Amino acid sequence: MRDRVPIVCGLLIFVALFTVPVWRGLAAHTPARQPELKLPETEKHCVAPVEYMRRAHMQMLIDWRDSAVRRGERTFTAYDGRKYNISLTQTCLGQCHVERKDFCDRCHSYAGVSGPYCFDCHADRMLKTAAAGADGAMLAAQRGTR
Amino acid sequence: MKMTRKEFLRVMGLAAAGAGAGTLFTVVTPKMLADTVAAKADAKPRWAMVVDFQKCRFGEDCEQCLAACKEAHNLPEVSSRAHEIKWVWKERFETVFPEQQTDYTRQAYVKHPLPVLCNHCDDPPCVRVCPTQATWKRADGVVMMDYHRCIGCRYCMAGCPYGSRSFNFEDPKPRVARPNPEFPTRTKGVVEKCNFCEERLAKGQMPACVEKCKQKAMTFGDLRDPNGPVRRLLAARYAIRRRTELGTGPGVYYLI
Repeated sequence: MRDRVPIVCGLLIFVALFTVPVWRGLAAHTPARQPELKLPETEKHCVAPVEYMRRAHMQMLIDWRDSAVRRGERTFTAYDGRKYNISLTQTCLGQCHVERKDFCDRCHSYAGVSGPYCFDCHADRMLKTAAAGADGAMLAAQRGTR
Repeated sequence: MKMTRKEFLRVMGLAAAGAGAGTLFTVVTPKMLADTVAAKADAKPRWAMVVDFQKCRFGEDCEQCLAACKEAHNLPEVSSRAHEIKWVWKERFETVFPEQQTDYTRQAYVKHPLPVLCNHCDDPPCVRVCPTQATWKRADGVVMMDYHRCIGCRYCMAGCPYGSRSFNFEDPKPRVARPNPEFPTRTKGVVEKCNFCEERLAKGQMPACVEKCKQKAMTFGDLRDPNGPVRRLLAARYAIRRRTELGTGPGVYYLI
């Protein structure tokens, strides 16, 4: 047992290295709680109950996509009877969750869920734009003459 | 009773003809005709476009329609012509209507390019060949694209006889000059094309190119409405469509 000292030293170094993430976490004072989400200031209710959204927001986004793109239905009636425009950028981000980083990304990076690739194409926040074309009533008027 | 082979065949032939005739008569009953007419009456509109060759001033550097489309749909600026993204674009007359010109008429059109776009065909070949149904035809005639579903196989580009579809060889997002957040950009590896501004139609607005055309050279409306602006123009002037011999039934008309 002449090698006791180097073995114990080696074991101690191994344990120290192996537990580095724990020490780093403790040093950084990271709470082992859920990520803190920045909730919208103006709205108190989501389009669906919180529990449902936690579990199935991805399914709801897919339903919204199919409804708007495939069936051309762009209005969603929420559980409380309110009506919403079906649009990720204009409704989800435009009305409530202004910054994707403060909402979507917090849980996704906490849980290590890669993706979503929604924002590869959809604008990840509402930009200020000029008002839509003023002569929007043209088509409506044309259809009204029938 | 004994029947000869010849008699048997004769009786069977007559019976088959009778049955066939019976089926023919039952196929089209007055009620069914009435139903068809009723279905047509409350059918959705069939959107179509008329481009007036006489009014269009493309040759004089008027590109309002192109700029409007680019702004509305986040079209990227791609330097390479092979990778160009085209929704509505400029094409020489002899390329658009090669069969319409002779050696003597050519000079009349030399400085007169035309705006061309997806024809939103009655029987779109792109829809027929798409293996994932990422592109389909709506009841109102708009040939739609679902970019979520496109796998980028480019069968539709091979199928379209008008070259109306473009493939994103590179990520278009950094190349959009002024992003419009109300309309999504596309991603690398999907095919895209003109959507007749269906997002604007849903709001009751005219397509962006029609709205922004200073010359009022483009008219948009319902082809099924006999008193609509499209039908009035088509009734009054001689109109041609691109490559009708293919049977695609284009929905974009050119007044000559």
